[in-house]
Amino acid sequence: MDNEKLSLPQYDIPEDIQNAVAITTLDRLYNWGRRSSVWPLMFGLACCAIEMIAAQASRYDMARFGMEVMRPTPRQADMMLVSGTVTKKMVPAIIRLYNQMPEPKYVVAMGACASGGGPFKEGYNVVAGIDKFLPVDVYIPGCPPTPQALIAGMIKLQEKIDRQSIKKVSWYNGKTKEDTNFVPIPILGPDLIDPRRSAEIKAAATVQEGA
Amino acid sequence: MMTAPVQTQTVDLVARFPGVVAAETRPGYTGFVVEKEKLVEVATALRDEFGYDLLTAVTAVDYLPENKMEVVYHAYKTTGGPGLVFRVQVPRVDPVEVPSLIHVYPGVDLQEREAWDLMGIRFTGHPDLRRILMWEGYEGHPLRKDWKEPFYEEEAKPFKSRWPEGKHILAEERNPFNDNLKFPPNFDPEKWVPDNEESLYAALKRYTVESEDGMNTDRIVVNMGPHHPSTHGVFRAALTLDGETIVGLKPVVGYLHRNHDKIGERNTFLQNMPYTDRLDYFNSMSNNLAYAITVEKLMNIPVAERAEYIRVIMAELSRVQNHLIFIGMLLNDLGAMYTPALYAFEERELILDIFEEVSGARMMCNYLRFGGVVRDVSPAAMHKIKDLVFDRLPAKTDEMERLLAENEVLVARLKGVRVVDAETAVKYSVTGPVLRAAGVPYDIRRADPYSIYDRFDFDVAVRQNGDMYDNFMIRVDEIRQSLRILGQAVKQIPDGPINSQKPQYQVRVPAGEAYGRIESPKGELAFYVVSNGKPNPWRYHVRPASFVNITCLEQMCIGTKIQDFVALLGMLDIVMGELDR
Amino acid sequence: MYGKGILKGLGVTWRRFWSTYLEDISWLLSGKKRYFTEEGVRHRSSKHARGIFTVQYPEEKLIIPEEFRYVPFLVYDEGEGGKKEVRCTSCGICAKVCPPQCIWIVRSNDPNTGRPIPEPTEFYIDADICMNCGFCAEYCPFDAIKMDHDFEIASYGRNVYSLEKLLKPASYYASIRPENYAREEEARKAKEAAKAAKAAAKPAA
Repeated sequence: MDNEKLSLPQYDIPEDIQNAVAITTLDRLYNWGRRSSVWPLMFGLACCAIEMIAAQASRYDMARFGMEVMRPTPRQADMMLVSGTVTKKMVPAIIRLYNQMPEPKYVVAMGACASGGGPFKEGYNVVAGIDKFLPVDVYIPGCPPTPQALIAGMIKLQEKIDRQSIKKVSWYNGKTKEDTNFVPIPILGPDLIDPRRSAEIKAAATVQEGA
Repeated sequence: MMTAPVQTQTVDLVARFPGVVAAETRPGYTGFVVEKEKLVEVATALRDEFGYDLLTAVTAVDYLPENKMEVVYHAYKTTGGPGLVFRVQVPRVDPVEVPSLIHVYPGVDLQEREAWDLMGIRFTGHPDLRRILMWEGYEGHPLRKDWKEPFYEEEAKPFKSRWPEGKHILAEERNPFNDNLKFPPNFDPEKWVPDNEESLYAALKRYTVESEDGMNTDRIVVNMGPHHPSTHGVFRAALTLDGETIVGLKPVVGYLHRNHDKIGERNTFLQNMPYTDRLDYFNSMSNNLAYAITVEKLMNIPVAERAEYIRVIMAELSRVQNHLIFIGMLLNDLGAMYTPALYAFEERELILDIFEEVSGARMMCNYLRFGGVVRDVSPAAMHKIKDLVFDRLPAKTDEMERLLAENEVLVARLKGVRVVDAETAVKYSVTGPVLRAAGVPYDIRRADPYSIYDRFDFDVAVRQNGDMYDNFMIRVDEIRQSLRILGQAVKQIPDGPINSQKPQYQVRVPAGEAYGRIESPKGELAFYVVSNGKPNPWRYHVRPASFVNITCLEQMCIGTKIQDFVALLGMLDIVMGELDR
Repeated sequence: MYGKGILKGLGVTWRRFWSTYLEDISWLLSGKKRYFTEEGVRHRSSKHARGIFTVQYPEEKLIIPEEFRYVPFLVYDEGEGGKKEVRCTSCGICAKVCPPQCIWIVRSNDPNTGRPIPEPTEFYIDADICMNCGFCAEYCPFDAIKMDHDFEIASYGRNVYSLEKLLKPASYYASIRPENYAREEEARKAKEAAKAAKAAAKPAA
């Protein structure tokens, strides 16, 4: 980040040391560090993954945003880019990966499928949006979003990071992993069973019988 | 050189098997109906006596009104020529049973499993008949016509709730579980015992040998995928290892099963066009072409002359970028991270620019219509195509070859590592570059020409050894041949209309069946469409190249080292959108 | 000689590396700006592209071709006093042709007579279902629905667009698709002229 962006405007710095000194808040410095090194999980699902690769490749070069370090292991990743259709068969694996990611972690739903089911929403094996299971930070519409649209979404994510305050973020408030962002893993039954909703499912299945 | 037109050979199956085989009589249908009990015998004769050695497609159709189910087989000769359709009809009473052809044509393995999974047809004699796209324990067989998905709204599109009723309701709100879910009545999730994939591991178990030379050795089971950086998407393979050597392998797929077939049967014929884009998402132009050819066959309409050329240009440009990406990604898999891939992506971007200019989208082109294409290629775009075809791509292909082909490390890694031999490849219905690298000059553009490929002068790229190096180099050869075709096409392209039909969103398709196939960059891509004269197809089946090609994966991998597995998988050039559909 | 192939390959990367700087120098000598100009981006997207290939979005943007399509929008003509004359007649062709069925149209009725009037009360497009196929724009007989060029629409929530969000003026449409707009206007004028000629001919007959 250059000096103008990092320095807070309300402090006057003498002109002769302006290039050497910046006065800023800890929040800003902390967020600047985080937003400039968002490492995505190397994780592609469908068509959008190809546009994600294209965004990493020569023409768009996400390295300019510090996002080129694709980590194959979730334990080193900061962001999960859900790039493509989430199917019922795949969703347990996705949740497992998400649970292994350390805080702070972000989820970006790339494309229509990950956001809300997309053109395949009516399909019997398709999850109608990853936000049914995971908290999504940024939604990028498009089918598929072009690499530029993806980068625009990434900038949106950076803006979100910028607005977070070190005093309020959930990962320093002493809670354990289980009660913050742990998502129970869905079970493959006659259809996809979300353990958080099993009572609801049982009730609805009984009503269905009565009807 | 033009090859002589292939003689249409009529096979007199009825005379060979009197009383067992009957000629198909329904209007719009072709081929033979075989008695279920004699299916294996007839298939063996077809392979051994009549020379139909390549069984490309097996699929099932649910004729609910006639209360019967049909299994349809499409067989071809690797020497070329038209195919032969034969089918078995069985009453629609569970259990629906048809003898498996796995011992005659091993390539039917995964396709029969798919028919069992989605249609509920039990293939007797199949050694490993498990669900393939869905998971064990899933309720019902989704492609049966009386099975309804959780977000079921109406039998066919367009839905009335969109117009004229026009109430915006999310699909979730209409479902009793408030989500895309469907459970049997009185289902209790607490009591459900998940399958834990015991049958998968049981299928792998037969490779386990406990003792050797008095020493007990353990076989290790390794699961690669569905999240793995080198499996090209969400592919999973369960491997049994003896030390480093692979002794057993089962592909586990369906992680990207997006229900193309079911959605396709709800769609109108035209609405399927953009869905085909999303099959092999590297080559939407080729997918469009295969689907357009199939429906045009059914509709029996001509294609505008200029549109034919545009189609060929787009399909071949698509092949060039696909093979470039193949080379880049293969090198990534082999550990040469990024450099070749980044070089390949540059050329791909330039080709995608052309697609974007003519069709409006980089990847999901949705460019073809029945009878032609959606809009003309502007002179500016044509100029760009010429720039690439004559100036840039030949030089860049040479550069790619210079960068890699003689590299000693790469050659040592690839040469002599067997992928597949010709005999096994044909047996397992492998098509595309992998088959040709094994020495079988089978290219549908030549063997069973479609569109206007018979007008162009090109060679079918063939290599003899079937090792990894040949599989790698054949892609370079094919890029060069594609550029040759492109050079002729852009020179010969005539002016004129770009569609033989009027623009219409509701096409009239007479009843019947059609099987249209093309040589996609990955192998044979075909659509099997059955129409009953209504605006929506009765059956819409995709015969993907990747899915059928991985039938052979087990044969390819057994006996090789685990570190070659990723390279072998890369050689097949699978793409999950097409594999799982 | 062992290693010759590797050297050959390294020669390629070597040349690629230097060509960026050679290109920079040649642009500098000719007095043109290579970066952050449209000319530069065009050059990098042509067959002459050499050396660095990156287009530095968001500072530089790729040249978007006219036919580029993203999510659809509805066109309105600016009437007198800023009145929005929506072109859509709620005929429903777009909703019928839409492959994933992501368009919902609520038709209007005249409050006094109860008869339908050709304008939608509500128009919903679920952008989280839309597959950007462009069928709606292709088959709309009134040129009322078009595909947008704006792709910077990432948001922090789900995207179900209502009529208010979908409406954009015809001048915007003309700015993103000038050739299409000119062609359609010409066709429309020809049609109106024919109509007027017919109307003029009628009383005479």
